[in-house]
Amino acid sequence: MFLINCPFCGERDQSEFSSGGEAHIVRPKQPTELSDDEWAEYLFMRKNIKGIQFERWNHVHGCRKWFNVVRDTSNDKILSVYKMGEKPPVNYK
Amino acid sequence: MPNYRIHKTEYIDETKRVSFKYDGKTYFGYEGDTLASALLANGIHLVGRSFKYHRPRGIVSCGAEEPNAICQIGSKKDLTEPNVRATELELYEGLEASSQNCWPNVKFDIGGINNFISPLIPAGFYYKTFMWPKSFWKKVYEPLIRLSAGLGKSPTEPDPDIYDHKYVHYDVLVIGGGVSGIIAAKMAAKNNFKTLLVDDKKILGGSTIYQNNESIKIDDKLSSEWLKNEIQEIKKLSNLSIKTRTSIAAYHGYNFLLAKENLTDHLPEEKKKNKIRQRLWKIRAKKVVIATGSIERPLVFNNNDRPGILLSNSINKYLDYYGVTCGENIILFTNNDSAYETSISLHKKGIKNIIVDLRKSARSELIKQAESLGIKIYFNHVVTNTFGYRKINSLEIMKLSEDGNTTVGNKIRLSCDCLGMSGGWTPMVHMHTQSGGKLDFRDEDQVFLPKENSEDQISVGSCNGDFDLENIIDKTVNKINKFLDIDNQDYQDTNIICSKGNDKRNIWLLPNKIPLGKTKCFIDFQNDSTAKDIKLALKEGFRSIEHVKRYTTTGMATDQGKLSNMHALGIIADTAGVKMGTLGTTTFRPPFTPLTFGTLVGRNVGKFFEVVRKTSMHEWHVKNNAEFENVGQWKRPWYYPKNGENMHDAVQRESKAARDSAGILDASTLGKIDIQGSDASEFLNRVYTNAWSKLAIGKCRYGLMLNEDGMVYDDGVTTRISENHYLMTTTTGGAANVLSKLEDYLQTEWPELDVYLTSVTDHYSTASICGPNSKKILNKLFPNLDLSDENFPHMSFKEDKLENINCRIMRISFTGEQSYEINIESKYGHSLWKMCIEAGKEFNLTPYGTETMHLLRAEKGFIIVGQDTDGTMTPSDLQMDWIVSKKKFDFIGKRSLYRSDTVREDRKQLVGLLTDDPKEILEEGAQIVSDVKSKPIDMLGHVTSSYFSPNLNKSIALAVVRSGKTMKGQKLIIPMENKNINVTVSDTIFLDKENKRLNA
Repeated sequence: MFLINCPFCGERDQSEFSSGGEAHIVRPKQPTELSDDEWAEYLFMRKNIKGIQFERWNHVHGCRKWFNVVRDTSNDKILSVYKMGEKPPVNYK
Repeated sequence: MPNYRIHKTEYIDETKRVSFKYDGKTYFGYEGDTLASALLANGIHLVGRSFKYHRPRGIVSCGAEEPNAICQIGSKKDLTEPNVRATELELYEGLEASSQNCWPNVKFDIGGINNFISPLIPAGFYYKTFMWPKSFWKKVYEPLIRLSAGLGKSPTEPDPDIYDHKYVHYDVLVIGGGVSGIIAAKMAAKNNFKTLLVDDKKILGGSTIYQNNESIKIDDKLSSEWLKNEIQEIKKLSNLSIKTRTSIAAYHGYNFLLAKENLTDHLPEEKKKNKIRQRLWKIRAKKVVIATGSIERPLVFNNNDRPGILLSNSINKYLDYYGVTCGENIILFTNNDSAYETSISLHKKGIKNIIVDLRKSARSELIKQAESLGIKIYFNHVVTNTFGYRKINSLEIMKLSEDGNTTVGNKIRLSCDCLGMSGGWTPMVHMHTQSGGKLDFRDEDQVFLPKENSEDQISVGSCNGDFDLENIIDKTVNKINKFLDIDNQDYQDTNIICSKGNDKRNIWLLPNKIPLGKTKCFIDFQNDSTAKDIKLALKEGFRSIEHVKRYTTTGMATDQGKLSNMHALGIIADTAGVKMGTLGTTTFRPPFTPLTFGTLVGRNVGKFFEVVRKTSMHEWHVKNNAEFENVGQWKRPWYYPKNGENMHDAVQRESKAARDSAGILDASTLGKIDIQGSDASEFLNRVYTNAWSKLAIGKCRYGLMLNEDGMVYDDGVTTRISENHYLMTTTTGGAANVLSKLEDYLQTEWPELDVYLTSVTDHYSTASICGPNSKKILNKLFPNLDLSDENFPHMSFKEDKLENINCRIMRISFTGEQSYEINIESKYGHSLWKMCIEAGKEFNLTPYGTETMHLLRAEKGFIIVGQDTDGTMTPSDLQMDWIVSKKKFDFIGKRSLYRSDTVREDRKQLVGLLTDDPKEILEEGAQIVSDVKSKPIDMLGHVTSSYFSPNLNKSIALAVVRSGKTMKGQKLIIPMENKNINVTVSDTIFLDKENKRLNA
């Protein structure tokens, strides 16, 4: 059970959060101009990495804020958290 | 009655005699006994029958690893408990226990026949045998297997015991109260770490606490005396908590651990009452010290499973801790020094014993001590067979060849009444691996050890492969100092004498002249798997340990292979000619020992099982005889039966009243989201398929919300309360998810929008009044409100006061009737409802529930998201193209509406169905076909909603059918078990297509 450091509330138990999948997938500004393949790429394709992954989490039973998490999926260690709109930390790739 | 209690110990209170029943017979033990020690004191070894061959089995160990001595406790339907380990169960007055897996009784068991037909029951027997004929499975094989399978009996009535959960936080958690755990806990607590020490036994001290050999000493004291002193010391430390009778069940990530504390299992029945039985501790620790020790390994030889064959160290504990000897003529069979401790202890108490040692020779101080006491030792010998049916009475030994692969010379037969075996020690690495740690293999003593210690978890003591006392203490101290970054000098000058040697001769499967196929060399005692089974699995091509395990069921019993997994691995490695370290292990999964369901659920039983949400009108519904339906967590009135009506009759009456005069529905459960901000209109434009910017203040609009994949997600009416203020309603079940989804888009995709969302579902109660007389009732409630269609038309909103309390009134309709939804602050909901009922009396205002609501809306072809849709329906599939804006640049899901798959014409589409026989009501979920003769039958779709409409006096249904849009008027068939029902595809709107009733 993770401990997640919500950037707004501080460290809380995982049971207060819900996971929102891969981070930094930007919704296309003009979806109507995309081909089926391009739209499918946005809609369905996810990396599902073994290793360092950028993810979205929501403090759903807390402040209800969404934020980003850098997690190593091979050992579940959370390496960093940062707010929506902030740039991902450069030292993880 | 024989008495094997031969001396007094400080752990057994001989002034407190305890009587208990085992298999119906009364025995006596003492306070401090476990069930197992009390049975052994009474000379009872035979405690059960094995799972597959029904061989007689006896107590093997003295702890959590016990595979055989598992019993059924009590006989009451609600309190009986199966699979309790007699080696862990503390004895109490009135305890009733019985053996399992035997019939008619443990001494004479019919299933014992399996032992003689055992060549017919090889590994994978079930997979190989019950394959054919197919029809036999259900009627013959399965009932037979079920009859003979399983251990023990489950209680058949709810558990009346109380269980509890508690969260705690510590700086350091120490698991295991043996010598290394005690040292670790003391060091941590003395250095200002808030520390918790847990141990599964009644008292601390592990296996050192009853140690009484003069050649193993600390600071010139017996190691047990030294340790008792340490325990006294740590009990004084203020920031150390000690929990005994507490075992760690699971070690999850981020140092989150679950521990089970036994609070009353050791108490007599009358003292258990009204007390918490077990508590589940949910522990967060910054650092964890694992000091779980190790367990002794059995040896694998022919007939190594007879009652009277125990682990050597367990014989020692029964003797020195419980004062009980396991026999009067004992043989110890070993490949290492630890059996010598047992031997010397037995000798001291005058118990005759001899040693059979696999090693060619060994010269430790301990062995010299044994020799000097005159104990007979057979070096370089192996036990090749044992004899005795219900208990061992003799055995055969032979000399080992130079390489240890075969036996040589003559058999020597030795008589005995007990055999102790010691195959070395297996470190308990469960906790380490559960936490995510990996293992290394150490070849010298063939053990898996914790590797890659992370910064917040460490293993010390024998679970880390440090087996002799000197090593244990020195290494524990050094490691803890480093781990906690402290400099503790307490043990600097500790003087340790340990005369035990470390050499070992490891042979996983001991050699025998008898062909393996004719032997019974047990590996897993509880699941009856033998060395032969493992070899057979390998012969049949299984290679992975995980596969061999499942095929042979080795390690899959309630003991989870604590005694057997290593031997299975060793034999696989030897047979396949690979190094054991390269094989890896099976996964160590929680729980370490079985947990009761009660412990897991704690207090969340009965009415605390799940959160229940009730509207403020709930009491009225209860008083008026409502039947309730669960909708999410909500309790909603389903229908209100009168004078013994059944559901059908009640629904017919309610829906007729709603159309003929007036009906009232508690609509408080609909999700309500308050939306405010200067970009609120733009936000709605983006989340709904239709346009919102032009919605006038005071008007309402129905909206359909899609997922980004174009599928219908939710629907509801949203009201514009003022320029920048909307009130959105959602489906009852979808409210929380809709809010989350909207928040997601708002925070992550469109942070530039000035919009604030607040859930107000619980803030307002809603009474929805519909029917031709609804306006008259509203007029009585709100005499000052102009209810004319000009001033207050359909899809609009007004505010007014009811007895000075503000109300929001929406004229919206989910029934097709003229209809008003009155919203009031929840605390006035009940009064509002009662006033509506009172005002409606003269108009036969009839309360109706969800079932009637469903029927009324189905007559009008209104969909229910989640009933008529299932996450694969687009607006077009629902024939709702009218609600999808063509002009809007974008909204959630827009692009997906013209993906190649969503524009297919042969998608399943919503249609109406009319049965040829108007009285025939279809079953919801029934499949729809066009031809029942062709095989396989082509399934076209299924019925989603179906009712008998009293207003139309016929059966109506909604369904999704492939290419349904083009099938109007076409005949289809609903094949049921006994008949085929003929239907005709129709429009989805069955009543009042012109919407005349809305303004009637």
